[in-house]
Amino acid sequence: MIAELGHVALVLALALSVVQALVPLVGAYKLDARLMAVGNSTALGTFVFVALSFAALTYAYLISDFSVMNVWENSHSQKPFLFKFTGVWGNHEGSMLLWIGILTLFSALVVLFGGNLPEQLKANVLAIQGWIASTFLLFLVLTSNPFQRIASAPFEGRDLNPILQDVGLAIHPPLLYLGYVGFSVAFSFAIAALISGRIDAAWARWVRPWTLTAWLFLTLGIAMGSYWAYYELGWGGWWFWDPVENASFMPWLCGTALLHSAVVMEKRNALKIWTILLAILTFSMSLLGTFLVRSGVLTSVHTFASDPTRGVFILMILLLFIGGGLALFALRAGTLKQGGIFAPVSREGALVLNNVLLTTATATVLIGTLYPLAVEALSGEKISVGPPYFNLTFGPLMIPLLLAMPFGPFLAWKRGDLKAVSQRLSWVFGLSVVALLVSFAIQTETSVAAPFGIALGVWLIVGALAELIDRARFFKVPIKVALSRLWGLPRSAWGTTLAHAGMGITLLGIVGVSVYEREAVAVKNPGDTLEISEYSITLEGIRPNSGPNYTEQVADLTVRRDGQIVAVLSPAKRLYQARNFPTTEAGIQTFGVSQLYATLGDFDDNGGIVVRVYDKPLVLLIWIGTLFMGAGGIVSLTDRRLRVGAPKRAKIRTAMAPAE
Amino acid sequence: MRKITLFLIAMAFFTPLYAVEPDEVLENPVLENRARELSTEIRCMVCQNQSIDDSDAPLAKDLRVLVRERLKEGDTNEEVLTFLVARYGEFVLLKPRFTASNAVLWIAPIGVLLIGGGIAIYSFRRRKGQSQPEKPLSEAEHAALKKILSDPS
Repeated sequence: MIAELGHVALVLALALSVVQALVPLVGAYKLDARLMAVGNSTALGTFVFVALSFAALTYAYLISDFSVMNVWENSHSQKPFLFKFTGVWGNHEGSMLLWIGILTLFSALVVLFGGNLPEQLKANVLAIQGWIASTFLLFLVLTSNPFQRIASAPFEGRDLNPILQDVGLAIHPPLLYLGYVGFSVAFSFAIAALISGRIDAAWARWVRPWTLTAWLFLTLGIAMGSYWAYYELGWGGWWFWDPVENASFMPWLCGTALLHSAVVMEKRNALKIWTILLAILTFSMSLLGTFLVRSGVLTSVHTFASDPTRGVFILMILLLFIGGGLALFALRAGTLKQGGIFAPVSREGALVLNNVLLTTATATVLIGTLYPLAVEALSGEKISVGPPYFNLTFGPLMIPLLLAMPFGPFLAWKRGDLKAVSQRLSWVFGLSVVALLVSFAIQTETSVAAPFGIALGVWLIVGALAELIDRARFFKVPIKVALSRLWGLPRSAWGTTLAHAGMGITLLGIVGVSVYEREAVAVKNPGDTLEISEYSITLEGIRPNSGPNYTEQVADLTVRRDGQIVAVLSPAKRLYQARNFPTTEAGIQTFGVSQLYATLGDFDDNGGIVVRVYDKPLVLLIWIGTLFMGAGGIVSLTDRRLRVGAPKRAKIRTAMAPAE
Repeated sequence: MRKITLFLIAMAFFTPLYAVEPDEVLENPVLENRARELSTEIRCMVCQNQSIDDSDAPLAKDLRVLVRERLKEGDTNEEVLTFLVARYGEFVLLKPRFTASNAVLWIAPIGVLLIGGGIAIYSFRRRKGQSQPEKPLSEAEHAALKKILSDPS
C-alpha cells in the first residue's frame, strides 16, 4: 500500500512539475503576477510529493518489503540498518529518485530564499527548474519505476553490492548530487536571463551563492568518493581517471571556472556573455555525467543496470537541455551588452586566464572520456584512453594555473601592476625556493619533479595567506590594528584564501603519495616479519570472523617502530554470502597525515598468504585540502553581500573607490 | 658505470610495486623497472579501467609475466607494445598511439587552448580599440562634476 502511495506521489509530482514548467513562463511573458506566482506553489508542491515518494521507498527498504522489485534486488533482511537506509539510492531507480529529490529541493530553496528576486526572473527560473524536473520525473515514471511490484514476493532479498555496503554510500552520493544538481539553478538563471534579455551585476550576485553552494558540495562529494575508493577498492589508489570519475570532475572544473567568471561579472559587469555560456556548459556537464553513469554506456561500480531504452531517454533529455540551452544562447547572446573594460594585466585578466585554462582542462577530460565511445561508434574499434593520457595532457594545463593562482587576488581590478605584485609576493617566492632546496636535501629518493611539486604547494599555501597578511597590513601597522583589520576583511577574502590554500595542501598530498610511496609485498606465514620504511610488521595470525551478512578471514599485523608496538593492522578477506561476492578490506593506520595501508592477497599451498603493505606519506593531505576548499566555500557563502542579495548603495560606493 | 648501475638499482628499489606478486619480479632490476613502467600503460582487459600493474586479476598476472618474458628476450618497450597490440588490439593500450584516427585526441587539448587563448586576446584587442575614443571632460562638465561632488546630500 505504501509503495503504491509512493508511486502516486511520483505521478502527482510529475503533473505539478509540468504546471511549474508552463504557467510561470506564460505569466512572465504576459507580466501576469498571478500566473507567475504559480511557480512558487508548484515548486514547493513538487518537492513535497517527491519527498513523500522518497519516504515511501525508504519505508519499503527499512521493513524489507521484498514484494517491491527494487527492494528485493538490492536489499537483504540481515543487512545492517544503515545500509538498508542507504541502499535506497544504491541502485538505478533509487539514485534517480534522489537526483530528482535534490533538484526539487533546490527549486523549493529558490522559492524560500528568493524573496528579493524580481518576480519575472524568479518565475522564469522556476519554470526552467520545472522543465528539468518534469523530464526527469517522466523518465523515472516511464522507464525506471522504483515501486514495481513482484506478483509473488520472495522470502529473501538479493542483497546490495557489497562494495556499496559502506558508510561512504551514506555520504558520497547525496553530496555529489547536491553539487551536480545544484548547478541546475545557475543553468536556470542563465536561461531565464536569455529569455528576458536582461542581465546585470545583480544577476551575477543572485547566481553566485547557488553556484558556490553547488561547487562546495561537489568538491566534498568528489573528495569523499575518492577517499572511499582509496580504502575500499584495495589497492590504495585515490584517482583513476575512470570515466565515471571524469563525469563528476568535468562539472567541477567547469563550475570552478563559472565561480570565478561570476566574480568578474558581479564586481565589474564584464564577461557577461561568457558567464552565461559557462552556466549552461556547467550544468550540461552535470547532465552528461548523469547520462554516462546512468545509461550504462560505461561499466563501473556506479552502473547498476543497463537498459538501452533508459540510455536513449536520458540522451534525449541531454539533447533537449544542452541543445536548447546553446541554441537559445546563440539566438540571444548578441542582444546582451558587454560592459566593463579592463587591461590584460588586471584581476579580470587573471580570472580570464583561469577560465581559459579551466575550460581547456574540461575539454581535455571530455575528449579523453568520450573518444573511445566515439571511435567505437564510428569504426567499431575499441581503444582505451587511460591515466597516461590524462597525466600527459591535464597535468601541464594545471601548472600555469597553479603558478598564477597567488597573483590573481593581488592584482587590482581594471589595470594591475604585475611588477608591484611580484615584489609583494617576493618573500613567498623565497619561501618556496627554500622548500625546494630543503626537499632536495632531505628526500631519500631521486625524484626531480617531487621537490618542485612541494615548492609549488608551498607557493600556493603561503601565497594564499600572503593576501590576507597584505590586506590586513601586518608588519606595516601595529599588530593590534592588523588583527582587527584581519577580522574585518570581507568573508569572501577569507573564503578565497582557504580555498586556494586548500588546493596547495591537496597538491602536497598528491606529490607525497605519488612519488614517496613505498610498497612491500611478500608471502608470509604466521610469525613472519615484513620490513617497510621504518616499520617492521609481523603477521601474528589469521583468524575467522563473521559479520551480519558476511564471513571473513582477518590477519592481525603488529606494526613496530624501533621495537615498540605502534599499531595493529587488521586487513581482511571477506565473503558476502547472499551474492557469493568476495571483497578485500584494507587495514589502515594513520600516523599524522601519513598512512600505513595493508591488504591481503591469496593463500598459497603452505598456509602462507600474500601480504601487501604500503607506506603512504602525506596521503591524507589530499582530502584535508579539499576540506579547506569546502570550508572556503562555506565562509564565502556567509559574506554579507551574498546574504543581502541585492546590491546596496553603500557597497557600490566602496566598490568604486579605487577607481577614483 | 658502477655508479649508474647503483643509481638504477636504487631507482628500482624505490619505485612502488603495486599488484606485482613476489614470484614475478625479475632478477635484473633494470629490466624489472622497465617492465613496471610498461605495465602502467597496458590495460587489464577484463578489469574496469585498471592497468595490469594495478590489477590482481589472473589475466593481468599473465600479461605481466608475458611482458617480462618479452623484455628478457631483448625486446624494446615499443616492440613489446606492438606485440601486445597484434595480439589484443589497440584496446590494450591505456595511452593511445598517435595515429590518424587518434590524431584528434592528441591535438585537441592544444587546439582548444590556442583557440581559447586566441579568443581572449582577440577580445582584449577589439575592446581596447573601443575604449580609445574616451574624450577628456570639457570645462562645463568639470564644473558640473565639481558641483555634484561637493553637494552635501
